[in-house]
Amino acid sequence: MNKLFSRGSDALAMAAIDSGLKFYAGYPITPQNDIPEFLSRELPKVGGTFVQAESEVASINMLLGASSCGFRVMTSSSSPGISLMQEGISYLAGSELPAVIVNVSRWGPGLGGIGASQGDYHQATKGGGHGDYFIPVFAPYSVQEMYDLTVKAFDVADKYRTPALILADVMISLMRETLIRRYPEGIKPPEKSWAFGERKGERQKIIKSLYLKGNELEVHNWKLHKKFEEMKKNEILFDKYLCDDADIIIVAFGMVARVARSTIELARENGLKLGLFRPISLVPYPEEELFSLTKTCKNFFVIEMNTGQMLYDVMRILGRNVNIRFYGKPSSYVPTPDDLFNKAKELFNI
Amino acid sequence: MKKTEKKLTIHKERCKGCQICVLYCPKKALSIGEKLNKLGYRYVVLSKEDACTACGICAEMCPDVVIEVWRDNE
Amino acid sequence: MKAVYKKPEVLKNPCFHFCPGCHHGTVHKLVAEAIDSLNLKDSALAVIGVGCGVFLYDYLDVDSLEAPHGRGLAVATGVKRVRPERIVFTYQGDGDLASIGMAESVHAANRGENVTVIFVNNTIYGMTGGQMAPTTLLGQVTTTSPYGREFHRDGYPIRMAEMLATLEGVALSARVSVCTPKYLFDAKKIIKKAFEMQLDNMGFTFVEVLSSCPTNWNMSSMDALNRVKEEMIPFFPLGVFKERKMPDVL
Repeated sequence: MNKLFSRGSDALAMAAIDSGLKFYAGYPITPQNDIPEFLSRELPKVGGTFVQAESEVASINMLLGASSCGFRVMTSSSSPGISLMQEGISYLAGSELPAVIVNVSRWGPGLGGIGASQGDYHQATKGGGHGDYFIPVFAPYSVQEMYDLTVKAFDVADKYRTPALILADVMISLMRETLIRRYPEGIKPPEKSWAFGERKGERQKIIKSLYLKGNELEVHNWKLHKKFEEMKKNEILFDKYLCDDADIIIVAFGMVARVARSTIELARENGLKLGLFRPISLVPYPEEELFSLTKTCKNFFVIEMNTGQMLYDVMRILGRNVNIRFYGKPSSYVPTPDDLFNKAKELFNI
Repeated sequence: MKKTEKKLTIHKERCKGCQICVLYCPKKALSIGEKLNKLGYRYVVLSKEDACTACGICAEMCPDVVIEVWRDNE
Repeated sequence: MKAVYKKPEVLKNPCFHFCPGCHHGTVHKLVAEAIDSLNLKDSALAVIGVGCGVFLYDYLDVDSLEAPHGRGLAVATGVKRVRPERIVFTYQGDGDLASIGMAESVHAANRGENVTVIFVNNTIYGMTGGQMAPTTLLGQVTTTSPYGREFHRDGYPIRMAEMLATLEGVALSARVSVCTPKYLFDAKKIIKKAFEMQLDNMGFTFVEVLSSCPTNWNMSSMDALNRVKEEMIPFFPLGVFKERKMPDVL
């Protein structure tokens, strides 16, 4: 067992290398530069290729090329750069090419700011690029999860031939804590007979996203949709903490969920029974798992570092027969456990 | 002296009547006929068979690979 | 009987969708002939840009990857970096390569990516219906320059082959035409040479082919040939602007 004291960004990059990353392309943008810096140093040592591209647009399209050859590929960026990549992500989805995209998200709209943010939830989970598709999205909340979910993202991307997104934030990315660097046994990349390899007289392969004839586009889009339905069955990840006896259940992801854990300790010391429901896969969203909590609890407290984006999903899933309150913090100042405890008391009239 | 065997294969079904071959035939052996093909174009015909030297320029210039040219091994 | 000219082997289907007199078919043929003559059918990998050339994979029996509009050379970079043994070429039009994909094209050239570019310059957006392109000549009427291209408003046409020839990473930059037999034979040689140079790991090889678009120029194919000769070549001179004789070893 390899036990390290590691930064989140390094954990993610190590997971990529352990997953057999062959090709990385990226463009500098704050606050994700630690990932390309790490990989520019470490990836060539294991036979991989690092390219600093001229833009995020070029980065994601380089991934499209390298992925079509059957190799594991990754890029990382931060919100404005992810916006630029949306075209390529749509093409990856349409061409059914696996890739891992990391968003160490920052503020927007526009240049916004460079601090921790969850302002990209909608963009990440509701498509982002043009067309009728979903891609799996994972939201880590610890250094260990930066590692584990990256491994997972590569696995899911290959399994479903889809781009997959890690929605991280700068707090998790720059934080240092214990990391157990262990690549899970039994995970092997699947054979990619569809990819360009050595042709050796085989039939011509065509990888494309243009479908003009007859109903082939409709067939294609339903095929993509079916993959999404399969992901819903197999790839949902979530975490529950002290929900069974909770009077109020916090629903939060990423770094906010991390703060919420401390809030729960604080509240319980003060006699208020808080719990936490944390979606780890934002797509597919753990809908049934969240809804099942309404059997024992009627009060839900959605907290996000935005003005209310996941809130819409929670409202859609829980319906109107429960109490849903929201606290949003659309700025780089991460709320403290005290802030959240006081907000809970205020919003639920305790 | 044996006369050189030559042959032009004209795939008239894919001719679009653009006339590039007609323009560049050094012997002016090609012309656009009156009949229409399935695409609805008046297609190229070898109107002066004897003039053709099987030089291949028509085939080289044709954008639609309508013409193939063959000649004896001599 | 010996073939003076027969359909290239790799051209699996010559029933092109192109308009009468369009040079795309000719350029497809030249690419196919180069692939045949160098025996590249198994190793060639086409990265195809968006435009009239997008259906290249329906005609040429080579592995093919469709790139988003303008991104061909970023995509080709990704392919060639992980599969250096494949002979990678892009097939791109002027809107694709010189407008929306200018950044990707220039930077791939500057990195000296060992790929071949077949750049079809017909001074117009063909597939979208004849809009003004970065290569549209001054005064040329298009559907979005109805009074003719005017440099104060629209800028000047871009000479890509000359521009890329200034970059250190470029091994070959040439402009050819297929509008007369002589030019066509020159074009054939240069396209073949570009692939040969890639086989020799010489770096970025770029061949600009001046091409006609009779439909969107509102011309007969005969007049279109004349336009290439009389209007395009004077502004876009033919020739080899850079040719590296040795691989880049710096």
